[in-house]
Amino acid sequence: MADPLFEYLQRLGDDSLILAQRLCEWCGRAPSVEVDLSIANMGLDLLGQAQLFLAYAGEIEGKGRDEDALAYHRDAAEFRNCLLVEQPNGDFAQTMARQFLFSLHRELLLEALTASSDTRIAEIAAKAVKEVRYHVELSSDWVIRLGDGTDESHRRMEEGLDWFWRFVDEMFELDALETELASSGIAADRRALRGEFDRRMTEVVERATLEVKPSQWPLSGGRRGRHGEELSRMLAEMQVLARAYPDARW
Amino acid sequence: MYTTEMDKKAADAGLAQNDAEDPAKVARFEERVAADEFIEPNDWMPEAYRKTLVRQISQHAHSEIVGMLPEGNWLTRAPSLARKAILLAKIQDEAGHGLYLYCAAETLGTSRQEMIEALHSGKAKYSTIFNYPTLTWADIGAIGWLVDGAAIMNQVPLQRTSYGPYARAMVRICKEESFHQRQGFDLLLQLVNGTPEQKAMAQDALGRWWWPSLMMFGPPDDQSPNTARSMRWRIKRETNDELRQRFVDATVPQAELLGLKVPDPDLTWNEERGHYDFGEIDWAEFYAVVRGDGPLAKERLKARRDAWDQGAWVREAADAYEAKQAQRSLAA
Amino acid sequence: MSRDWPLWEVFVRPRGGLEHRHVGSVHAPDAEMAVRHARDTYTRRMEGVSLWVVRSNDITASDPDRSAEMFEPAESKIYRHPTFYDLPDAVKHM
Repeated sequence: MADPLFEYLQRLGDDSLILAQRLCEWCGRAPSVEVDLSIANMGLDLLGQAQLFLAYAGEIEGKGRDEDALAYHRDAAEFRNCLLVEQPNGDFAQTMARQFLFSLHRELLLEALTASSDTRIAEIAAKAVKEVRYHVELSSDWVIRLGDGTDESHRRMEEGLDWFWRFVDEMFELDALETELASSGIAADRRALRGEFDRRMTEVVERATLEVKPSQWPLSGGRRGRHGEELSRMLAEMQVLARAYPDARW
Repeated sequence: MYTTEMDKKAADAGLAQNDAEDPAKVARFEERVAADEFIEPNDWMPEAYRKTLVRQISQHAHSEIVGMLPEGNWLTRAPSLARKAILLAKIQDEAGHGLYLYCAAETLGTSRQEMIEALHSGKAKYSTIFNYPTLTWADIGAIGWLVDGAAIMNQVPLQRTSYGPYARAMVRICKEESFHQRQGFDLLLQLVNGTPEQKAMAQDALGRWWWPSLMMFGPPDDQSPNTARSMRWRIKRETNDELRQRFVDATVPQAELLGLKVPDPDLTWNEERGHYDFGEIDWAEFYAVVRGDGPLAKERLKARRDAWDQGAWVREAADAYEAKQAQRSLAA
Repeated sequence: MSRDWPLWEVFVRPRGGLEHRHVGSVHAPDAEMAVRHARDTYTRRMEGVSLWVVRSNDITASDPDRSAEMFEPAESKIYRHPTFYDLPDAVKHM
């Protein structure tokens, strides 16, 4: 079994990395130039967070792997991101629904981690939480506007959220590894964040004139490396150069 | 990214001076411009000045926006997280620069929507360089070093252009773009110091991007009929050939530093002139690409049209929400 | 043909103690989104600590053709400027 802290840092870093990669796919394709700028800003924030968490992960592992070695030379089954962030972009409604659900959970998690007994985690969290708070605001604005916009946008936002409810529970799972880390004050107790998440999430969804529909069949497994089909395809693209020229530096 | 005088026909259409224009007003305008005064949106200006500016600024804006596509092509494959972040920031800057420029052109009374429609219908042009494909990662370096380098040559003098909103947009753009060329050079420097495959990749990229970059400055001065008037109006501050020469002079030593060969057998230092002599540009290719025969012209425009069309429901939804909110606050 | 959002003018306060300055414009469906778009467009490089947005249509501008009567009368009021007054050298700071 790998070092629990190494595992945990990969979870934190991979969530950011995989979502950033998804946002990169939007480049030049947003509904307006302004929205292109917004999406790029979120992508840059997430990439920065991924670099910080994965660099630290590599140090903890102690085998000489840096953030790029982790990002580019692990296979899908070695990734520790939650399933939500690897879901394809779909349309703009789906992308904003995913961004909203993830960012809200992430904001609460990072807030809790600012008090981590691991000072490095606490420092990264303190920087990242400000960025993610803005992502929550921006994506909430869009969930509300699309939900309460036209009939078409309402339908699209409803479909977007409906697809994603099944991935929400996974973000609040606390397995044995995190329970252990939480007891020593390093990790945050994800279950304790759920009440606040539900309250704030419901508020936004209701303002969007939509309904919260808890999933009857929640999916999970990302933290153990059990991902959907799409992740390996995404990684094939992301890693192609680094894998094709393993000796090269860029 | 910038380009100039690509579309001779469009330029001619804007040329006809409106006979009805008051000669006193025209004279006063010419006097102000000659004195390097700034013209501001509500000031009187000749129709031809307005049209030429809208065309030039919107072409520039379109170039920024279309220019996001060839680089975006490699964003998802950037080979390190640091390079990915740099490239995303750079492409984002281009979106911002397109936006600054659309806004500057809008002050002349043409809406962004009209400009975008002109682009999508093929009526408006954008820099031909973006119709060339990005085939390897090294192309991202070449675009930064050569294409942005050429753009900067063009843009720096435009910070003193006569139209205030354009000049101010240019000041902001030049300030932000200063990192774009450096990141490209830095990317190539890493490649030429890397494995043989990486070095070959860099040489191949220079081979493909060199001539299109020189074409970015537009046709030679003797085939650029509007240059004199645009210079007088301070919407162009140096001629195409002057800028092209400056670019060659600055770039050739940089290629030597990288240990890369410029693909021009006629390239030699001319001691007497104090400049590099270089070979003849293939203008047939240039005009073909302007006409839309470039390798990727159709794909680039389709990508832009798709983004706009597929975003229509989002823009409408936000408008509908705002209308409802206004209703609600009235009712309250 | 689908429409674009309305235009907003953007003002940025570069840092505490300075006034907001016009920096450009953005398109946005409403005021709240205009602030977001302004933030994502005009403060990517730490350019500001505060933002204002205002609908471009809501701005009333002076008429440039009347600038003579608007602004030139101020030119002759030179006594409004401190340099107008010659003070004896003995007065050190005033």
